[in-house]
Amino acid sequence: MALIVKNIIGQKRYMDSLRLMRISNKAAALEGVEKVSVVMATVLNKEILKEVGLLVAEGAGASNDDMIVAVAVEDESRIQAVLDFIEEEMKREGERIKDMAGYAPKSLESALGMMPQANLCLISVPGQYAKAEAMKALKKGLHVFLFSDNVTIEGELELKKYAEEQGLLVMGPGCGTAIINGVGLAFANVVKKGPVGIVAAAGTGLQEVSALLSNAGVGVSHGFGTGGRDLSDKIGGITTKQCLRILEEDSETEVIVLISKPPGPNTVQELSKYLARMRKPVVLNFIGLSSAIEGGDKVFITKTLEGAALRAVSLIRNEALKEKVFTEEMSKVLQLAESEYKKFNGKQRYVRGLYSGGTVCSESTLILADFVPAVTSNMPPRAELKMKDTKVSVAHALVDLGDEEFTVGRAHPMIDPFVRKQRFLQEARDMETAVILLDVVLGYGSHPDMAGVLADTIIEAKSLKEKEGGYLSVVASVIGTEEDPQKRSEQEKKLLDCGVVIMPSNAQAARMAALIATRGEIKNRL
Amino acid sequence: MASKKELIESANKKATERIIAARPFVVDVKPAIEAVAGMKENLVCHAGPPLELDEMVPSFKMAIFGGIMWEGWAKTPEEAERLIRDGKVILEPNHHHNGIGTMYGITTPSMPVFVIEDKVHGNRATANIREGTVKALRYGCWDENVKRKLGWNRDVLGPIIGFALRECGGVDMVPLMGKALHMGDDGHNENRAANLLFSLQLIPYILKSDYSKETIKDVVDWMNTDSRFVSTAEMAACKAITLAAHNIENCSVMTTMCRNGTYTGIRVSGLGDQWFKAPAPAVNLLFFPGYGPKDATNDCGDSCVTEVAGIGALAMAAAPSMVQFVGGKVADAINYTKEMYEITTMKNTNWTIPYMDFEGCPIGIDIIKVVKTGMTPHINTSIGHILPNFGQVGAGMTRAPLKCFQDALEAFAKAVGV
Amino acid sequence: MVKEAELIHQPMKVINIGIDSFIESLKEQGVEVIHVDWHPTAGGDRRLIDILDKLEL
Repeated sequence: MALIVKNIIGQKRYMDSLRLMRISNKAAALEGVEKVSVVMATVLNKEILKEVGLLVAEGAGASNDDMIVAVAVEDESRIQAVLDFIEEEMKREGERIKDMAGYAPKSLESALGMMPQANLCLISVPGQYAKAEAMKALKKGLHVFLFSDNVTIEGELELKKYAEEQGLLVMGPGCGTAIINGVGLAFANVVKKGPVGIVAAAGTGLQEVSALLSNAGVGVSHGFGTGGRDLSDKIGGITTKQCLRILEEDSETEVIVLISKPPGPNTVQELSKYLARMRKPVVLNFIGLSSAIEGGDKVFITKTLEGAALRAVSLIRNEALKEKVFTEEMSKVLQLAESEYKKFNGKQRYVRGLYSGGTVCSESTLILADFVPAVTSNMPPRAELKMKDTKVSVAHALVDLGDEEFTVGRAHPMIDPFVRKQRFLQEARDMETAVILLDVVLGYGSHPDMAGVLADTIIEAKSLKEKEGGYLSVVASVIGTEEDPQKRSEQEKKLLDCGVVIMPSNAQAARMAALIATRGEIKNRL
Repeated sequence: MASKKELIESANKKATERIIAARPFVVDVKPAIEAVAGMKENLVCHAGPPLELDEMVPSFKMAIFGGIMWEGWAKTPEEAERLIRDGKVILEPNHHHNGIGTMYGITTPSMPVFVIEDKVHGNRATANIREGTVKALRYGCWDENVKRKLGWNRDVLGPIIGFALRECGGVDMVPLMGKALHMGDDGHNENRAANLLFSLQLIPYILKSDYSKETIKDVVDWMNTDSRFVSTAEMAACKAITLAAHNIENCSVMTTMCRNGTYTGIRVSGLGDQWFKAPAPAVNLLFFPGYGPKDATNDCGDSCVTEVAGIGALAMAAAPSMVQFVGGKVADAINYTKEMYEITTMKNTNWTIPYMDFEGCPIGIDIIKVVKTGMTPHINTSIGHILPNFGQVGAGMTRAPLKCFQDALEAFAKAVGV
Repeated sequence: MVKEAELIHQPMKVINIGIDSFIESLKEQGVEVIHVDWHPTAGGDRRLIDILDKLEL
């Protein structure tokens, strides 16, 4: 029966994407509702609505600051009930915040009136408003954790220059993670406290390294986020240097780990000099890219995030470095790989990475590029690896779904699995897909059961491939600890139960994906 | 040289301090022609901002015509309308005459009004004595009962209360209203406590008068029956208070807010007598039996002068009976006040709310903060029927329309030169 | 001590502006946090935002 699709517009009505996602999910369960989505009318969201057949004229004409209720029903009379339900839920969301937060003031000034001793402002408003809010907070003497991205680099420079003058930190823009005095901010894992300090321009990088350190029994003193562009020449590493200074002085920190894209050419020199003067050992990871950085014998450069964690452990424990290609014995790994690739049909050749974390996506891209040709990514660590059409994977392709392109007006893929699940099925339908490579990121802020919500899609995709006479191999790494709200072991079990191959780190997962996709060809080059 | 920000902040501070310092006394009751500033023999004043006769809903028109017929200038509504269209009778807002009228706010020359004087700043304001009935002229009803009550107000109630007020030297409203907030009043729709305090102050002087025991009994009885008898005096007191904050250069504090079923209008201290109008919003109503949304007018009356002065809906947490309007939770009412702190300049130390640890009422609604946060003042109100001769249909809550404040901000920006 | 280090030496008191679920984890970790129920200034109206910026208010 033909579906009736309607778009009801809430003009200039704003609600954050997370709340809207929760409301949409609840509304989807209503009787008579085929599909429903309540979103802010950003270009991205309109595209997504179009793709799933939920966009009509009113929605297409709505502007950025408008809200769209897009609903598909069989019986038009159901629509009012859906709208009423959504209004109720919006009110209830308002109640929820009240119950959780007590009175929620409408402005920073009022908040400061209520809590004059505030020292940190966590900002996650839409990008076009983020810089102004951050500057307001700095002017009031607050450090800023700037989760929002879509801030211009000029805006970032202005914020950081001012912050530096005032002795304040701007962590961001696009900073997803920080751990300060054992407290996790935004997306952060529950990790042991210990002697390793981390400075990261790369959120998932901080998450994976801190989780690996904690799981190895070595803890984290503090983990600062600097925003992805901090070490670019334009910004010149303002926040990075501030954080290095803090950790150098901090009596609880013995070893420092710095994770970032390589510094810009002008910044490299300055940073090298800086590092050379530091007393504590510094472990550097440029996410697999090379850099002209130097710093003397107390500076260690590692190729992978896992490598950085292992190097830090060896420095803390005064032991030899224990780094291997695979944690597990090579013969067992090869056996496992074979059990996967022997079920492929002749057409299957490629790895498709679908990532919620940008850093790990980048790392995997470079690792794969070492072993196979024609690797591209929407967020390429090297320019020549740029994906032509980010919406359609060709050959080996790794997609960072956390990129602005996929998140404008939506919740981040670590919270909202929708876009990844859609893309998963799209890749599965591609005849040439052999392996899908995933990160499953646990911790505060992340979806309470990512493995659970991905499971049905993984099963559906595998069954799809089976019908084609082939086999879909799914390889994943889980970033997190047992103390995380999602419990690492439970998430791993859910993935194992749908046939996912779980590797102990992102780097190992990428190598495994390459091994499987090439049907073991690359084993001697590992 | 002071920045614009500093000039505005200091002007707002000054205005709000004047509000807090004001001391309005109810000093008399007099016929409007004697006491209302600029009252004329052919003038009918009404609630809300200026509007044309043709913009009024039917019950509003009836109220106007009723007022004209009450004065004896016409015998029928048609004649009354003729007088207006021929320019023989003029219509103006109460606020153009420093007056207050509830619902349609009809004030005609012979109607008795409370006279309020601010003994600190010298401002004067007036407000009609209530009819106190559900089917009243101010709702657009015109019948024998309405005429009788208006007559009694003019001939008996007004003069007696006026006498008592003159004899006692006037009633000091700020401390009285402050006490009432500690006794469960909100100052706008719940006035029982203030009514008791006011009446008890006057009764000894009513007893001193030469009026017959019978008449005195009727008057005192009425002050008990109409538990909101004092409410218009409170509103006039609020009007006088807000006058103290008006006409201060660079000041973005709202000093007038009123509605008449068609429009809501505001005025701003630093923008003089300029009105900023928007369509009056619908009110979220609890209806009397037999009535529904299609029967109700939009927001109406000068009574939200109390909100401008920081009480009424802004102090709902003080009034348990009003809390029921927001679904019965004191926490919600407290949140209303907390919200209003975000759009006001100061807390009023004269008027405090016990359930909020005696925090002062939010005072000095700042149009800049309103536009910035998008939060407009809450208003509690009664509402009447769109058609004549029905009367009140319910009571409930609404918020002032944002457009008034947005337009005012644009004008304010020009006025301060940005 | 560099001034920035105050952040790690003072008790953390957070003002959260934007996504409300961030305060859940902070509350679970025993951190004092106030959530600001953020909406675009002046409803996103550019003209009014411009005026507010010029007034610095």
